[in-house]
Formats: sequence, C-alpha cells, structure tokens
Amino acid sequence: MSEQKIDGFELKPGFKGMASDTGSDQTMFKGVHWGKAMMWIFLLSDTFVFSCFLISYMKGRGSTIVDWPNTSEVFSLHVGGVPVPLLLIAIMTFVLITSSGTMALAVKYGYEKNRKMCGWLILATAVGGLTFVGMQVFEWSKLIHEGVRPWGNPFGAAQFGSFFFMITGFHGFHVSIGVIFLFIYTYKVFAGHYETKKRGWFTKMKGDYVEIEILGLYWHFVDLVWVFIFAFFYLW
Amino acid sequence: MEETNKMEEPNKQEEQTSTQKIGIYLWIWGLLFVLSFFSYMVDWYQFQGMLRWSLILFFMFLKAGLIMAFFMHLFWERYALVNVLLWPMTAIACFIFLMNAEFQYTLFSRFFYFVVGGA
Repeated sequence: MSEQKIDGFELKPGFKGMASDTGSDQTMFKGVHWGKAMMWIFLLSDTFVFSCFLISYMKGRGSTIVDWPNTSEVFSLHVGGVPVPLLLIAIMTFVLITSSGTMALAVKYGYEKNRKMCGWLILATAVGGLTFVGMQVFEWSKLIHEGVRPWGNPFGAAQFGSFFFMITGFHGFHVSIGVIFLFIYTYKVFAGHYETKKRGWFTKMKGDYVEIEILGLYWHFVDLVWVFIFAFFYLW
Repeated sequence: MEETNKMEEPNKQEEQTSTQKIGIYLWIWGLLFVLSFFSYMVDWYQFQGMLRWSLILFFMFLKAGLIMAFFMHLFWERYALVNVLLWPMTAIACFIFLMNAEFQYTLFSRFFYFVVGGA
C-alpha cells in the first residue's frame, strides 16, 4: 500500500512517507479508517496488559525455589489409557488458528462485497471461538477437580494456579467477548447492514465492511496472544 | 502488484478497499498450522534445555510475525501506523530485561535465607 493517492496527493512510501505523514499537519494515519486506527491503539494497550501478566509469570516462575509443575504432564489427556501430553491445548491451538484463518477470509470477502461468504465465514469464526471457550471450560474444570487452586496445587510451586487462572482466564474472557461480537456481526452482515449503510448502535458511523476488518483485527489479536501463552505457559 | 495499479486511478481511493489474493491467506493459514504442529512436536519429543527454548521462541516469533504481517495486514500498512505499533514493544523488552534481573535477585535471596539459612 505504499503508493497510495488520496485526494490527488501521492503519498511517499517507506520512512520518508512516515515522516511526511506524521508532519503533514493533518490526520497521521493516511488511508486508515479512524475506527481501525482506534482498534489498533486499543490492541496496543491490550498488548501491554498481557505483557504485564506474562512478565509477572516469568518473575514468579523464575523466583520460586519449589519446582514448577511439569506442564506436559499436568495438561495431558488420557486417550485409551495412554497419557498424551498437551493434547487438549494442541487442539485448542489448531481451533483458534482455524478461526483466525476463516476471519481473514471473511475480511477479504467483505471487501469484495460478497455478503454471503463473509457472513458464513464470520459464523464459522464464531463457532470456532465458541469451541475454544468450551474446551477451556473443560480444561479449567478438570484442573480444579484435580485440586489446582490459585493458592496451591498438588503438582509443584504454589504460584502455578494463580498464573494459570489469571492468564488463561483473561485470554478466555477476550475470546468470549470476541465470540459475542462475532455473532452480532454475523447478524449484521447477513441482514445487509453494510449494503444499506445502516448506522451502528455505538456510533453514528455509516455501516461499511471496514467494520469487519476492525473486528478481524481484534480476533487475530486474540489468536496472537494465544501464540505467546502457548509458548510461554504451556511449552516452556 | 495489481492492487497498486488499481489505486493509480485518481479519486478512487476512499478507504482501504484492498483485497489480497485468496492464495496468500491460505498459504499463511497453512504455514501457521505447520508451525503450530512443529511447536507441539517440541513438547512431544521432549527436547530440553537451550534447544527447547530456542525452538519455542523461533516458532512463536514466526507465527506472531505471520499473523501480524498478513492476517492483520501490517505488511500492507503505511509506516506511520506500523512504527507507532511496533516501537512501544521496545518498552516491553526493557521491562522483560528488568524483571529478569529482579527474579534472579529474588531467587538468590530466597536460596540464601530459606535454604542456606543466611542470617
């Protein structure tokens, strides 16, 4: 997108473009819908929240003198009597990536004004997210049943439970909110709100498929955070 | 690229109505699956030590980069937006560095007072 023209002005690419965009005495993010810019700013702040959680987890895990629970045993599932390490977590990861892929395609079809495909793909994304939350509920109840509490657990360092519930809980909360909005936007797309330019209920902004990209940014971010949680909490 | 030619037409540009080819999304999707599979294999084969940590970090950053660059379209955004989003990450890196020093000190003092029985 480096060779854009807005109102007849040609925008410079690269760092020169960044300098001229920033110093243009006008809107800084050229060609970016304000809602999209605001979603990015929100996601940036959310990145800091999740970073603080993961960094405090690093600090807690690094400074305990008791052994940390072996996550590939704690999160293993028994399939036919044989423990398979991290099975549920792996399936959850694949489900979330799948839903991220369908969301990316929904954004693409949205911009192509392909209402039906866009709607079905958002619905598929919502179902994927719902599956993810369902499996997380199963995982939580299994661990709670096994005696994992925020203040202690039978597997090792007492801090494990509090970090687990806080980090995966906050991520699961994000997924749940995302699923609710995915269902709402499924309705909005199928009802044709973006063809009729119907205004949203939070805003006077006229309906446009750019909203699907904004929703997609949030959903991809949820997937992005899971990449880090999967690496640091489950695999490390 | 074709979509840049489309944008050369004057007064057409309202919002970013860019659509990439479907192939690129399917490719990234497939790559994410493969990379996730590899990072799961790190645990499956129980790699330990530096090998494990470096592989985990490698796959993690690759996946995060792919998601941000292509699914979140940062690859196609202007640098004004990209830089606003990526430079704050250095603050997080600093924080990680600080807390790394902090937990090592905490660990040292816990060993010193709880285990060795310092005072």
